[in-house]
Amino acid sequence: MKVLVTVKRVPDPETTIRVKSDGSGIETDNIKYVINPFDEIALEEALRIKEKLGAGEVVLVSIGDSVVTEQLRTGLAMGADRAILVGCDQDLDSLAVARILAKIVEDEGPQLVLMGKQAIDDDANQAGQMLAALLGWPQATFASEVVLSDDQQAVKVTREVDGGLETIGFALPGIITSDLRLNEPRYASLPGIMKARKKEIKEVAAADLDADMSPRLTINSLEPPTQKEAGKKVETVEELIGLLHDEAKVI
Amino acid sequence: MLTAPTRFFTEDHEIFREQVRNFVTKEVHPHIDQWEEEALFPKSLYQRMGELGFLGIRHPVEYGGSAGDIWMTLVFCEELCRCRALGLPTSVLVHTDMSSTHIARNGTAEQKEKYLRPMITGEAVCAIGVTEPSGGSDVASIRTTAVKDGDSYVINGAKIFITNSVHADVFCVAAKTDKDAQARGISMFIVERDTPGFSLAKKLDKMGCHSSDTGELVFEDVRVPRHNLLGEEGKGFYYIMQNFQDERLIAASMAVSAAQQALEDTLRYTRERQTFGKRVFDHQVISHRLADMATELEAARQLTYYAADVLASGRDCSTEVSMAKLYGCNVANKVAYECVQMHGGYGYMKEFAVERFYRDIRQTTIAGGSAEIMKEIIVKRGLDRDL
Repeated sequence: MKVLVTVKRVPDPETTIRVKSDGSGIETDNIKYVINPFDEIALEEALRIKEKLGAGEVVLVSIGDSVVTEQLRTGLAMGADRAILVGCDQDLDSLAVARILAKIVEDEGPQLVLMGKQAIDDDANQAGQMLAALLGWPQATFASEVVLSDDQQAVKVTREVDGGLETIGFALPGIITSDLRLNEPRYASLPGIMKARKKEIKEVAAADLDADMSPRLTINSLEPPTQKEAGKKVETVEELIGLLHDEAKVI
Repeated sequence: MLTAPTRFFTEDHEIFREQVRNFVTKEVHPHIDQWEEEALFPKSLYQRMGELGFLGIRHPVEYGGSAGDIWMTLVFCEELCRCRALGLPTSVLVHTDMSSTHIARNGTAEQKEKYLRPMITGEAVCAIGVTEPSGGSDVASIRTTAVKDGDSYVINGAKIFITNSVHADVFCVAAKTDKDAQARGISMFIVERDTPGFSLAKKLDKMGCHSSDTGELVFEDVRVPRHNLLGEEGKGFYYIMQNFQDERLIAASMAVSAAQQALEDTLRYTRERQTFGKRVFDHQVISHRLADMATELEAARQLTYYAADVLASGRDCSTEVSMAKLYGCNVANKVAYECVQMHGGYGYMKEFAVERFYRDIRQTTIAGGSAEIMKEIIVKRGLDRDL
């Protein structure tokens, strides 16, 4: 079974993000980048499926300039078999990303595409759904459990929805986006890192894919969140109630 | 992280760094206070590190290692020492780079299969026994003897300050096979823990590095088969000296890396704490000293990188490595003093990491070759020669 996993390069969640003074973007100096944590979970699930079946192929795909190879190499070190880097140096919105991915899916013909439910940089939560629509494939978003049928022709996916869990099933091929609790991703072992050096990263140019990348939306400005004020300690419950009523005006 | 990447580290090194850092953050740091308290960490941690390939970084691929370079080892050391304790890193690095290396370098194929393979998976823990109650750095004067008797050697003597003495399954032990000779009379042996006559006399209580198990070993008519001789008879001194370069380079890196963590903790603290209406950091008397600390620490780190570069080239690196250990450990001790000072009363309290760092770092100018011995080597190997 061939599983395609998408990988996005994002700032490390531990990094302090600073917005540029003109609001056009974020300061990128001294920022460490990692694989989008939700994509890492998607990759872990793909690796577990392959290990359970004892056969198959896990293919990574990422879009960006050459620095993205670091994240692809990390994914290969975790155990993916090969990677595709779609070379592109322009900013893309979710639809453009989905259109590019649709071309890669047509070319690769995977039975399953596993993606993070969203990227932690722009939190758009759109690419998976848009890709499903473009391909006309079934989708299961926010997966917390994935069970492949014995004949490998269908999946049952448990989704985290408000107030509980929902389990849905569909016939493959299809698209699954991962939620936080789907699994705990592994570390790349040192032998895995050494082996990854010999694995293929195929480069294709986005411009050669005949995908419509024209932007549907533009980012007008970014602002940092308002600074949180320091808390205060109160002596009595009465004082707390008084402040909540008079100052915070929440009760 | 304050430091910029250097040309020595490739993408693979940085990917590995990320993995070790995650491991330390998730699986070491949350438990380190408890392990320090209990003065031991669970032996199962070796197996976990074995799974991740941490224990065979430079060991041969055919026995399960990764045949990486010295930079991969330094990445591991730097990140492990960020757990805010030096005990656990000392134990692990003694296993990987100061003891099992004797078997990797000088062992036979059978010895490597039997001992090195399980050391790489973490099923077996290794220790090195050189230092004796009568002396440490003066290796040629050790008193433990190994007398040939038929197809075996019989070992008698004692070893002290031995790291991993509780966890270790296998000890690489130096003993005199010719007690009338000095350096040329020393041979190395592999001694399994359950060999009759071998015992852990005492687990030692130390000033710092509590999570590392240090002890005193006694050998009473310990009979080991002849095939447990490591390398050639009479070459032990040479093997020990050869191993010292790796050991001391890593000791330098450990000191610098632990000091880096302490400096970063102190920067965070001084930028948060207010005194006299401003941040502690904003008092120039503090900030200039922080600048000195950062500068000297960077110089020390670059000196370890330089020494590692010489070591990697295969040339004699004893002068450079001795300089790196001398300077790095001295700077780290100075940083420790200042970090406690800048934390004020809190720096003296056990709940603050700098208190532990202050105690843990003290041994670095003593263990693995004292500062005085480093100076002797620099004088003899580096200075007293034709210019």
